[in-house]
Amino acid sequence: MFDSLKDKLQDVFSGLAKRGALSEADVDAALREVRLALLDADVALPVVKSFIAKVRDGAVGSDVLKSVRPDQQVIKLVNDALTEVLGGDAAPLNISTNPPSVILMAGLQGSGKTTTAGKLALRLRSRERKKVMLASLDVTRPAAREQLRLLGEQAEVGVLPEVERETPGQIAKRALQAAKLQAYDVLILDTAGRISIDEALMAELRDIKKLTEPHEILLVADALTGQDAVNTAEAFHNAIGVTGIVLTRLDGDARGGAALSMRHITGCPIKLVGVGEKQDALEDFDPARMAGRILDMGDVVALVEKAAETIEADEAERIAKRMAKGQFDMNDFLAQIRQLQKMGGLGGLMGMLPGIGKMQKQIAAAGIDDSMIKRQEAIILSMTKKERVSVGLLNASRRKRIAAGSGTSVQEVNKVVKQYQDMSRMMKKLGGKSGAAAMKAMMGGGMPGMGGAGGGMPDMEALSKGMGKMPNMPGMPGGLMGGLPKGLPGLGGKPSGKKK
Amino acid sequence: MSWFQKLKNGLGKTSAKVTGQLSSLLGRSKIDAASLEEVEDALIAADLGTQSAMRLAASMRKYKFDGPVTSESLAAALSDGITEILEPVAVPIVLRDDARPHVILLVGVNGSGKTTTAGKLAQQWRSEGKSVMLAAGDTFRAAAIEQLQIWGERTGTEVIAGSQGGDAAALAYTAIEKAAAAGTDVLIIDTAGRLQNRAELMDELAKIVRVIRKLDDTAPHDSIIVLDGTVGQNAISQVKAFREVADVTGLIVTKLDGSAKGGIVIALAEEFGIPVHAVGVGEGADDLQAFTARDFANALTGTSD
Repeated sequence: MFDSLKDKLQDVFSGLAKRGALSEADVDAALREVRLALLDADVALPVVKSFIAKVRDGAVGSDVLKSVRPDQQVIKLVNDALTEVLGGDAAPLNISTNPPSVILMAGLQGSGKTTTAGKLALRLRSRERKKVMLASLDVTRPAAREQLRLLGEQAEVGVLPEVERETPGQIAKRALQAAKLQAYDVLILDTAGRISIDEALMAELRDIKKLTEPHEILLVADALTGQDAVNTAEAFHNAIGVTGIVLTRLDGDARGGAALSMRHITGCPIKLVGVGEKQDALEDFDPARMAGRILDMGDVVALVEKAAETIEADEAERIAKRMAKGQFDMNDFLAQIRQLQKMGGLGGLMGMLPGIGKMQKQIAAAGIDDSMIKRQEAIILSMTKKERVSVGLLNASRRKRIAAGSGTSVQEVNKVVKQYQDMSRMMKKLGGKSGAAAMKAMMGGGMPGMGGAGGGMPDMEALSKGMGKMPNMPGMPGGLMGGLPKGLPGLGGKPSGKKK
Repeated sequence: MSWFQKLKNGLGKTSAKVTGQLSSLLGRSKIDAASLEEVEDALIAADLGTQSAMRLAASMRKYKFDGPVTSESLAAALSDGITEILEPVAVPIVLRDDARPHVILLVGVNGSGKTTTAGKLAQQWRSEGKSVMLAAGDTFRAAAIEQLQIWGERTGTEVIAGSQGGDAAALAYTAIEKAAAAGTDVLIIDTAGRLQNRAELMDELAKIVRVIRKLDDTAPHDSIIVLDGTVGQNAISQVKAFREVADVTGLIVTKLDGSAKGGIVIALAEEFGIPVHAVGVGEGADDLQAFTARDFANALTGTSD
């Protein structure tokens, strides 16, 4: 489904040249596809509608980064909005300082309440060192109480003993009393599953709430849920005022649009997620991960993020032009070093570039590593303005001064100068030769898998063209490579992303 | 209360919406492109999924309405369209005369209602005078065995059970031997819930099927996936995976007494043509009902019969 969304978006924007801002038409065209994508991920229709409206308002007129295409930009905006909606008002479990804290579990049949109650008990006992008691108010489903008792034993927490023929209300009262008397920190109340439209059972929940005054009322919901998620969330929230959501079966392959639906309808944070059959398979909710899962376009998003954070496209272009003309000076060198740092250093950058093993070696050979980058920066900053423009000025005494000023040695200063000169020379050569050949010369041959359409540097067109014949390099925005100190300009990449 | 009534009660609140939100296209004599999207939306909200919703909505354009469109006539038209899709898959479970026991394997993801459905199926055949045995093949979930045993007591059915954590395949084997020896008509084997993307758990299910076939290579005679009525588009992935591993022959949809419409059944019928045997509409032993296309379509669209 989602690969096809990506294709569709690319179709939508394929006719567009780079523009300054997203037009209404751009955004609408992209959002029609996003809408279908969200529906296919089981986000409920009313939620999709209001979500799309919100994204649309924010997207129209927003700047398009020069190094990405409009479709990628829209996906990023959608992803950001998703993450924001999913993660807003994040809050940990509210465990009162005045014990016992009461946690009430509610939800539809088969949503995973009892299993989650057991997992939560284990988590609170082992991670937060709380004394926990479990009590089952489920007198409906056969053996539900037996199930909770077994889970309690496995988690090594207290379990309220069963008494025959009690109503859920009576059990709740007895549980609260027992928890107080036996000095439990937390009392977890499991309840019977109920359909959202059963008034009698909803009234029962309200009574239990009144009796026990819970600190947390957790709605346990199945990540496999479809459009009905809104009805469920609404019904439970209206009846008992949910304080948090637990999403179960996130270890399945459902895209989990229900998360967005429920979050949107209740306004309550998703506090925990169930991710497996084992009793410790209960994790904190990660909104960014969930957004990625619902949209399923993480590669595009990561790419735009990197580009947005780190590449000032104009700057990259300016440097590229200067490089080509042989006007590359220490200031440019410094700018490049800084961009590299912003991208998470060499390690971070390399992580984004598959098939770049050989280059890593070259860079290591050149003595560039992350700590090195910081020292290089310090060295350049210790130069005067004049020195930075005309490196030829750097005689022995100036170099000594720079070493002292930057807390490095003369040898290190020499090395920076040497690197700068190598790079500068390379730039001049590149200006003359055809792209691919020059690239080969520079890298000592054999850089697999680089290139692609849409490089962001106009003056490097020859280079881009030459490299366009090579297979796509996944995961690189056009123009990104303008930021590499060792001078790998114009490695335009059509961000094809990884294939699923 | 008839199951249709129950289903309608459940769907009532929301099914009113299916046609209720379409007010803008009422009063016209046919459906145009703009109102088509509204019909689509209404169907999507019933969990048909975008593909099936678009197809069904598009088919409405050709529908000949007698006079201006009213909410009733539109609902009826949609109901006709849905009935047409579902009619071929509305097939009850037919017990084979030559199989004793007729082995029924219940599979599905966690919490879909397998154990409850096992109990209800036992009740159904018991009330028809058949001899039934239940096998507690969910040896993983805490107290699943006890849960099935309580159903056994309720329905007067013998339950073959091992211990929690035991080998489900071995239990199925024993159960078939016992049922065969006793000349039992139907053996219903419950299994542990498993998410279809969990390879190791699916392998375990494949093993159960292999072991069953060692005793009777025509068994399981029905391999039924139990689907939660609130499930969304993931149902397609579920059916696909369980079909591969356990040769699923039909499905039962549970929890249709809630507000979920179960429209995914339509998408599944289109995609797989898989028989829908029954629907679960409550927690009582008698709350399992044969699936009929027209009743379901009427309930989903809010059409009065």
